[in-house]
Amino acid sequence: MKQDKSHQIQDRRSVFLTALKYVLLTIGAVVMLFPFLWMLLTSLKTLPEAISIPPKWMPSDPQWKNYDYAWNLVPFGMYFRNTIWVGILSVVVTLVFSILGAYAFSIFSFPGRNVCFYLFMLTMMVPSEILIIQNYVTCSKLGLLDTFSGIVLPTVANGFYIFMLQEYFMQTPPSLFKAAKVDGCSNLKFLIKVVIPMNINAIVTVAILTFITAWNSFMWPLIVTMSDEHTLLSVGLLRFRQASSSNLHNQMAAACIVLLPMVLFYIIFRKKIMEGVASGGTKG
Amino acid sequence: MKTAPKTARKPKPRLIEMSDGTLRVRSGWAYAYILPGMLLLLLFTIYPLVMVLRTAFYQRYVYITNTGTGFGLSSFTWVLKDPTFWMACKNTLILLLIALPITLILALGFALLINSIKKLQGFFQTVYFLPYVTSTIAVGMAFLWLFHTDYGYINFFLELFGIPAQKWLTDPKLMIVALSIFSVWNGLAFKILLFLAGLQKINKQVYQAARIDGASPAKTLFRITLPLLSPTTWMVTLVSIIYVARTFNEVYSMFVSFAGGTAGSGNAAITVMYYIYWMFYDQGKVNYAAAAAILFLIVILLITVVQRAVSKKFVHYV
Repeated sequence: MKQDKSHQIQDRRSVFLTALKYVLLTIGAVVMLFPFLWMLLTSLKTLPEAISIPPKWMPSDPQWKNYDYAWNLVPFGMYFRNTIWVGILSVVVTLVFSILGAYAFSIFSFPGRNVCFYLFMLTMMVPSEILIIQNYVTCSKLGLLDTFSGIVLPTVANGFYIFMLQEYFMQTPPSLFKAAKVDGCSNLKFLIKVVIPMNINAIVTVAILTFITAWNSFMWPLIVTMSDEHTLLSVGLLRFRQASSSNLHNQMAAACIVLLPMVLFYIIFRKKIMEGVASGGTKG
Repeated sequence: MKTAPKTARKPKPRLIEMSDGTLRVRSGWAYAYILPGMLLLLLFTIYPLVMVLRTAFYQRYVYITNTGTGFGLSSFTWVLKDPTFWMACKNTLILLLIALPITLILALGFALLINSIKKLQGFFQTVYFLPYVTSTIAVGMAFLWLFHTDYGYINFFLELFGIPAQKWLTDPKLMIVALSIFSVWNGLAFKILLFLAGLQKINKQVYQAARIDGASPAKTLFRITLPLLSPTTWMVTLVSIIYVARTFNEVYSMFVSFAGGTAGSGNAAITVMYYIYWMFYDQGKVNYAAAAAILFLIVILLITVVQRAVSKKFVHYV
């Protein structure tokens, strides 16, 4: 390599390279954001504007009444309440089961431990969608069709979070546990007073990931719910599409109604969400 | 009960030290902790799994009573002779063998770019991850219109380059292309995030050493970054294959009306997962749905086993 001559050229080249990187990343960002921006703008157009040829990018006069129309055509308020309620229920049930399960695997020794362990592992290998056939029948026998419990219970029996939490719980120093035992601390008290506070970060991560999954869940709620009283947003949105025939501008207003809360949730918790997904890793 | 002589007179030891230094309590209370989760697991995972197996092997199935008779392979032979099933397999394979590699390469590229810049790293990370948290159904509704033959932006951009308008949503050959494009767009977020996490784990000193040795950027990339990233790449690929094989929401939001029915005209956008759903929920042929589900499960388990074996051989662990 001719080093002395190439120094300046290399400097110029690296500036060019950095610029190129930003250009490529900007193009990518535009592609990622394009559908969202288009939805937002289209939701504010009139129908002729929305379906004009060639497409018109900006609405000339924002039509806020599209949102009014969308909100009232199907009971979106009710869908919101349902989705929030199912989200909270999923988080609570998942946390209780996973924390207890993970704690059992990390501090107890009991006959059948390995069998239980492998059974939970099995849930991670079996795609939950193939179980819907029988779960539908089970729910109908238990009277859980079209109920919130019917939406939540079959989806929370997941070994994934048990294993994730167990890995954190195992890091509790043995000396701490021994000391607590010598002081006569019960196992449940140790869990509540020491293990949960020590791992609150991981637990919050599980809560956030569960909430997002519940909020966007679709296939199972679609099958198990019928009435508006138990319909979730994702399913309700398609019900809206059916009801609104092909009014593009109204459809996009409805889609934005569904998307905006999650986008806000994401902007507030983005660090936590990204950390959680990266550390959890295996939940597509 | 057998006890060691030393502890024979003492009460049974409650704390056991494991070989890795952790302490375990021997107590029947463990079952109380494990029971709630275990009950749900048995009821909603193990039991349905067994029942799906049983249903798949019925010779005759009666939908109304959810019972069947006989034991045989007739459901499997029916499914394997069904051209729609093979269409579903073909489409799922297109998503796996064409759309997924494109997604992975793009994701790796974007992750490398984001990792190599100094300013706005957080901004780009936030933007690229957005599709992960947003509902596929809602975004799919937007894609449906972006792909529209007359009003859609995608044809508008193509026409700028002199390419005639395409019938993305009605031409059977193009429907799977539209689905693939949506699948790539939708799948990037998760993979970019994991690649970035992997890149940030690589020790910075390795790069310093490379720079001191005068390694070119290309050499650094191929000789250092990619090999050190290979465990991440492998993990992302493994997770993605199973995730993409389960593609359902994308199909439903773009090609299926709320009332259900075929995945686009002539079922041309059907995937294996949609086939199972369609057979079960729309057609009411539960035994065929179960047979397809079992075939799907076998393939997924095979992929997992092969991946485990391969990863032991080829992945470069540090």
